This record gives sequence, C-alpha cells and structure tokens, in this order.
Amino acid sequence: MANPGYCTIGGKSSVQLLKEVSEGAKAIIAWGSCASNGCVQNAHPNPTQATPVHKVITNKPVIRVPGCPPIGEVMAGVVVHILTFEKLPELDSQGRPKAFYSRRVHDTCYRRPNYDAGLFVQSWDDENAKKGYCLYKMGCRGPVTYNACGVTRWNGSTSFPIQSGHGCIGCSESKFWDNGPFYSHLASFPGFGVESNADKVGLVAAGAAAAGMAAHAIFTNIRKKALIRDTVEEGIKGLDNELK
Amino acid sequence: MSNRIVIDPITRIEGHLRLEVEIENGMVKDAYSSGTMVRGLEQIVKGRDPRDVWAFVGRACGVCTTVHSLASVRAVEDALDIAVPQNAELVRNLMFCAQYMHDHVVHFYHLHALDWVDVVSLLKANPEATSNIAKSISNHSKSSPKYFADVQQRIKKFVESGQLGIFANGYWGHPAYKLPPEVNLIAVTHYLEALEWQKDIVKIHAIFGGKNPHPNYLVGGMACAVNVNEVNAINAERLAQVGQLLKEAKDFIEMVYWPDVLAIAPFYLDWGGIGGGLTNYLCYGDLPVGGYNDPTGFKFPRGIILDRNLNEVIDIDGKDEDQIKEYVKHSWYSYDAGDEEALFPWNGQTNLNYTGPEPPFDHLDVEQKYSWVKTPRWKGMPMEVGPLSRMLVGFASGRSEYKDIITDTLERLNVPVDAVFSTLGRTAARAMETKLIADWSLDFFDMLINNIKAGDQNMANKEKWEPSTWPVEAKGVGLTEAPRGALAHWIVVNNKKVENYQLVVPSTWNSSPRDPKGQRSSYEASLIGTPVHDPEQPVEILRTIHSFDPCMACAVHLYDPKGKYIHQVSVH
Repeated sequence: MANPGYCTIGGKSSVQLLKEVSEGAKAIIAWGSCASNGCVQNAHPNPTQATPVHKVITNKPVIRVPGCPPIGEVMAGVVVHILTFEKLPELDSQGRPKAFYSRRVHDTCYRRPNYDAGLFVQSWDDENAKKGYCLYKMGCRGPVTYNACGVTRWNGSTSFPIQSGHGCIGCSESKFWDNGPFYSHLASFPGFGVESNADKVGLVAAGAAAAGMAAHAIFTNIRKKALIRDTVEEGIKGLDNELK
Repeated sequence: MSNRIVIDPITRIEGHLRLEVEIENGMVKDAYSSGTMVRGLEQIVKGRDPRDVWAFVGRACGVCTTVHSLASVRAVEDALDIAVPQNAELVRNLMFCAQYMHDHVVHFYHLHALDWVDVVSLLKANPEATSNIAKSISNHSKSSPKYFADVQQRIKKFVESGQLGIFANGYWGHPAYKLPPEVNLIAVTHYLEALEWQKDIVKIHAIFGGKNPHPNYLVGGMACAVNVNEVNAINAERLAQVGQLLKEAKDFIEMVYWPDVLAIAPFYLDWGGIGGGLTNYLCYGDLPVGGYNDPTGFKFPRGIILDRNLNEVIDIDGKDEDQIKEYVKHSWYSYDAGDEEALFPWNGQTNLNYTGPEPPFDHLDVEQKYSWVKTPRWKGMPMEVGPLSRMLVGFASGRSEYKDIITDTLERLNVPVDAVFSTLGRTAARAMETKLIADWSLDFFDMLINNIKAGDQNMANKEKWEPSTWPVEAKGVGLTEAPRGALAHWIVVNNKKVENYQLVVPSTWNSSPRDPKGQRSSYEASLIGTPVHDPEQPVEILRTIHSFDPCMACAVHLYDPKGKYIHQVSVH
C-alpha cells in the first residue's frame, strides 16, 4: 500500500494490523476477492496500491477464497473442512480450495446445453433471454471463471447470476475488473477456452454464425490445457505438512 | 477539565469510523468524526464503460448492497435519457424493500440493540414472566415459557464457560442499561431469531439479481427476463417464492421487530431529549410508482426540512450547481482551485492528499485535515440524512400513512412531538419506516403480478444500449435513498466513457468533518451535550452514533487529555 494512512483502524495501518493478527496463525484464510486478489480497489489505476494478503504475508500458507463476495456456503465449507478433516483443504495453483474452485462456472452451468447447441441470448430481454439461452454473447465470464456458483448456487441454493439472467462477471478471478468491459467478450481473454471435445461438438453445432468464436476457442484450448495441468500437477500440496 | 476519548472503530461490522470526543463534567463538550479508509473508486471508474460502473460502485459497501448499483444505473439512465419499463421499476423497488427490511432489522438487533439490552442481565429473568410479557405485546408464535427458558440456558452456558462469543465484551452491568431482565431476555431471543430470518429475506435479491450481497443490475432495466411458461425465467415458482418471503418479512416486522421497539422504548424515554444534533433534514425520496422522473409518485417523498419546521418542505434539485457541493477543508483531498472551495459533483475531484499522522498514531490533528470523508452541504448548510429525515419529510408532506404511524407512536409512548428529534427518534423512525416498507412491498408485488397477468413481460429498455446511440457528451445524476440516508451518484459521460464520477453517500452527509465555516455535520453535532456516566465505558456515545446506523463497533480506545492510553474495550 502506497501510504499507510489510506487505511487505519485504531490508529494502526491495515498492513500493520494484518501482520499483528497473522503472527500466531498457522495458516490464513483470505476471505473474498479483496483479500485474495485485491478486488475493486486494486483495479486500474489502483489509486491506493491496494494489495492482497499473500503479497504481504509470505511466510505462511494463505488459503484464498475469492469472490465478491464468496458464496456463504463456500466460506462455511472451508472452515468446516478444516475442523472436520483436521487438515487444510487441497489448493489449486492459485491457492484456492479445489473443493470449490476447480470447476469453471461454464462447465457446471445448467444453461451449458444452449451453448453447446449454439443458442444464445442476442440482446437483453429478447425472446432468447426469455427462454433462458446461453449468455455468452452478453459478456458472460462463466467460461473463464472458477467458482462453485453453478453447483452450490447462492443464498441457500436460491439462484446464481446466470439463472437470474445476467452473465457472470467473473468476480472470483484475479483482475476481473480489468478484463475488458463486462458486456463484451474479448478474444484476447487470458485463459479463455473450454474442454476440447464437448466444445468442439458444441461449436460445430453453433455453425457459421459462431465461426470466429470457434476458432478462438480452439486456439485457447491449448492454453487452457496448460492451465489445467498446472492446477493438477502444481497444486500446493505441502500445506498439510506445514501444519503438522 | 476535559478528557478526550477515542473510539475507533465505532461500528459493529464493516467500516472505518473513528471518533475523538472531548468530555467535560460528565458531558460531551466536542466531537470529531473521521473516516479512516479510502479506496479511490471515483478514480477507478474513470475511462470505463458507463454500463459497467454499477458493478464497481456497488462494491462501495457490502452491507448497503444494491443501493449504489441502483444509484449508478439511474445516473447513467438519467444521462442517456432512458426510461426503464414498469416491471423493471417494480423489481428494483422489491429489491429496495428487501434491502431495507434486511438492513433495518439487522441494524436494530445485531448492531444497535446491545447498546440498550444487557445480555448478562437476562440470566435473572423468569421465563414464565417473560412469556407473559411477550404474549402481551405480540401474537408471535414463539413465546412459551419453555422457549425462553431454553434460550436462557444457551446464554447461561456461554457465560459460565467464560466465552460469551458474539456477546463478548459489552458493557454489561453498566447503570445506563434500564431494561428488566425479562425484556432483555425477549430482545436477545429475537436477536437470535433475526439472525436466522435475515438469511431468507435476501433471497429476493438472489431471485431477481442472482446473488446477495451484490446482486446484478442493468442499465435500462433488469436482466431477469419474465416468462411464465419457462423454467429458465421469472415464472410462477420464482414469483411465489418472492411473495412468500415478503409475507414472512411482514410477519417478522409486525410481530417481532415493531413490538420489541415499543417494549424497549418506554425504559429509555430520556433519550427522546438526547442526540438531536442538526436541525435540517434532507431526503431525495425513492420508491417510484410512475417513473423515476416523477417524484410526486414516490412512496418516500423528496424534500428538505429546515430548522425543524414541519410546516414546510423545500424542494431539492440534484442538477442545480448551487445546491449540493462538497468541501475538503478538513478532508485528506486537495482541489485544484484550493481547499477552501466547494465543488458541485459533476465538477468534483478526488485527489488523495493524506496529511494526517504517520500510523501508528494516538490522535488526529483536528485543526487540520482529519478524515477521508468529504463535507457535503446543501446551499452551505449541513443536513442530517436517514430514516428520521425520510419520516419527517413524509410527515411534513402531509402523507397520511406517515402522520398515522408517527402520531400513534408518540401517543403510545406518551412523549411530545419534539422527542422525534433525538437518538430515540432516529431509532424509532427506522422501525416505523420498516413497517411502512413491509406494506408497500406487498403492493409492489401485486402490481408486478398484475402487469404480468395483463401480458406485460418487458424487463429492459434496449433502445440506447449500444454506445453508438449515445450523444458525445452527457451528464446525469442518480438519486436514491439508501437505508442509511440520501445517496446520489453524479456522472459525466464523454465519448462513450466515464469522464467524471462522484458519489455523495449518506455517511458523507452524516459523518463528515467540519466545513470551512466550522459547522459540524450530523455525528459531531449530535454528540454535543450527551451525558457520559463513565468515560471508560462510553455506551451513551455508542447509542447516539449507532442510531445513525454507521456500519460497525469493535474496539474502543480511551485516552486521557494528554493522549496517554488508559484503557481499551472491545465491543462486538
């Protein structure tokens, strides 16, 4: 943080407080996107140089539970996991519990069959929106967002953003605020892509109208494979040992 | 001699609010309110797509969720001259009502009640007598002696274990607590019930906006398409769930919240003469029924009351550059034109300029800049905003539903009308408006059902969705009422991007530092003259500041006049 006066409680800076409360901790849970990746105040130009927890506390395990906010049941689930199984949950390469962040919203979305069939909402409140078609063309970030929304859903499984007609804005991903305007899907998206087989089928079905999208998706699948491999092979596995 | 105490933070959940209070002869002599965090959201949204801004600024607060998003989409719609379909207006109103019911109940029980309710005292309560009192004030089904005895046992176990958990670190046993043990037991029992209930009411946000906190909004309407013959849209099942949640909310408010306020208030009538503070009240109004541009149709009417004169309501114009302006004389910002100037928000600036002490620090220099909150004024005058302002403007506007509930409450408590200008009045006004909202929300629900029944399934106006349809330059203001008070966002759009964006939020009005004339804002003004029995346990200060509903209160630090640290108390 550029100036410790940008955030104080009881006359102490937030960085000092973070260091003090972390002192006796075995591990730290970074609740939410603010703590996990800096979130909105960290968006360009990041006027206060806001910083996520793992950039400040570098000598202990930091479990990142991103989302703006994270799903309540996921937050409870992380704590319950530690209490029940007496060890930290397995984390992915970004330090997120695999139990809740290993699936893309796109892959667990109940509207996915519409994507595979090339059925998209073309404009807000159009006939396709009223049929609950895929929100990809309205900027949905489901294909690049790892979170449990499609499975756990929100507020006692009542709904989740896509079910209520608005695309996912990707609020659990690092720098999601700066990944381009929310209502346009950019071809240059980092990590964009889908599992090869299912999507190739779907994109072929989407036909000529989605040809550009298909080419892009196939290209980015290559990048995605590396990301998936990362997640599996380079996931942080040493945390349990550090706890013992 | 005066004693300066520092309370930081003062709120019970989110927020960075600090008070430095001078006490002399057992009374507050002066007070300084400081916001101690800045993020620069107004800088962050510059250059972005105006249609995206609601998501950024919605994150201004996680407690007051949705209200900033609403102010933002309205500001953009105002700038681009977009009228939303009536269904979208109704859905926004329902989300607004759900937010109020949630926020006010949580504020009363979880953020404010423990300033009035002594948790430890309930151990002495007689469950039979408690049940009798509960049944005398409400038809709430959970009121048997056994029910109260069970809660008492739960709390007893907490106390005996030495781990009060959520009730740890209160000022239990302080002589300012006046409730009999039985009323304390009722209040704490309902504290626990309210914790359960609050999870349900926000499902209305999830149904229409996909999640809570931070449901999704859309410039031009709402994204939740209606199709009564489709499982993937707002259909009968979704609507029935909303209707059920609204009915349950009305029951909770009428059978738990409102009776509890009426049961607790008679023990604290002296607080009808404490904490009044400012004499001007501002309300932008909200809950349109005939469009955002027709304030005469608002359920919360718009207007200003000056000098507590309830015979006149003065009009507000959010676009008049001579009305609302912000000062930074005592705020950690700098204006290009100099820090004595005031700027209308379309021309507003957010240049961070921290000149406070290097943390860790004991005291702020209140003669200089001492807060991250700017100081807004209406025609140079400080204004209180919030539930009391809304109820007073409604009353002074001659609306019968406001007159009825205010008059009835004053009669029941047997207090004069002046008692509303107080700490007690503020807390009672919040409960009164929650009661009104519970009724209105069912009206809005019926209107939505009737529209859909009549074949109107429109939810978004797309005419100006594409930036190619926008003028090169456009300016707008989005006015709303957050639970904590008048909220507005000002936007300047240039060449399809945000050129300037300013938020003037309720706590900017209420918690701001002094202006260049030395005039106090609401928090600072309301504390003058407040009795403080024991500076080491300043529960009286918490009562008044919490009556405004700032977002929290965790640790209290106390200092002697030379700034020496003498005590620290944590409040949860």
